[in-house]
Amino acid sequence: MTPIFAFAAVILLVAGLYIGFFVAPTDFQQGEAYRIIFIHVPAAWMSMFLYVVMAFWAGIGLAFNTRLSSMFATAIAPTGAMFTFIALWTGALWGKPMWGTWWVWDARLTSELILLFLYIGFMSLQAAIDDPRRADKAGAIIALVGVVNIPIIYFSVQWWNTLHQGASVSVNQAPSMATTMLVGMLVMVLASWMYSIAVILKRTRVIILERESHTAWVAELQKKGTV
Amino acid sequence: MKPRHKKLVIIASAVTALGVASILVLNAFQSNLVFFFSPSQVIAKEAPIGKSFRIGGLVAEGSVQRDDRSTTVRFAVTDTAQTIPVVYTGILPDLFREGKGVVAQGKISANGIFEADEVLAKHDENYMPPEAAEALEQAAKAQKASLVQ
Repeated sequence: MTPIFAFAAVILLVAGLYIGFFVAPTDFQQGEAYRIIFIHVPAAWMSMFLYVVMAFWAGIGLAFNTRLSSMFATAIAPTGAMFTFIALWTGALWGKPMWGTWWVWDARLTSELILLFLYIGFMSLQAAIDDPRRADKAGAIIALVGVVNIPIIYFSVQWWNTLHQGASVSVNQAPSMATTMLVGMLVMVLASWMYSIAVILKRTRVIILERESHTAWVAELQKKGTV
Repeated sequence: MKPRHKKLVIIASAVTALGVASILVLNAFQSNLVFFFSPSQVIAKEAPIGKSFRIGGLVAEGSVQRDDRSTTVRFAVTDTAQTIPVVYTGILPDLFREGKGVVAQGKISANGIFEADEVLAKHDENYMPPEAAEALEQAAKAQKASLVQ
């Protein structure tokens, strides 16, 4: 399954970047600089979405003692952290020419930075505990506590005065973007989904093999040379 | 490094990361939750007096005056109800335009002028090609004209 998702990710990434950089029109206000939206917004959406999925599976693992769901949560964290970092980094690159600053401590930017620290906290806490089952439980607690940050990020631009503008695409409103721009962005969102699925499934597989390395079935796979 | 020490370092860095996160949360909740004050809030004396704060609104149409020999710019920030005059010396962001959003950081001087030491542009969430923006503008003008008639 994983190669199918990886293949879809590459195709969609190429298509999305092509639409974003060659087909979509120039913006009336921001000129060409707005094109970073095609990377920034999908990354920011994924960073929040993956956190919710991670916390969900970590919570399931904590509640029902199911090992696989905890492993899945552990596998999600690095990808989520990567998307958070991309969102912050591209945001800084976009902020400098448009707003006139790399960084401001407004509610949207600060809460997204906290999201990055939550991912890093989750990963380092799990790395610090030798017993994987205890690591799963401790990580789940951080992940679940941190969920409170997700609505804060999402609604920050509505609840408080922020330098960051409001949402261009939301559930209850028509998108305030030209159609080609929107299509390019959504293709990039799909590409990020496919990439995340491929990478997280692969990483889950590695974690399973690592944790089950003492079992007979892993030894058998090793003998066959498939691992 | 002994494994025990390594573990200690990792735990310490995890605790530090969490500590930084919570400090940032508290910091954000205390002073940065309100990123800027509107001119109406400033007139109503809701903004801190004698301290640096941010003011946000639209650059009033026709208010921008550039100094010929320096980078000093005078303009007014409005929220359509109240207007505050601003003076700033420095380079303005590309998106700084009359009628568009702006956030300036500085202090109110004794004569009521906001002396900014940083000016940031705040743009909206609309993205469209220039032709579409022009069409919208003309439609708005036509509508205004028909209202006048």
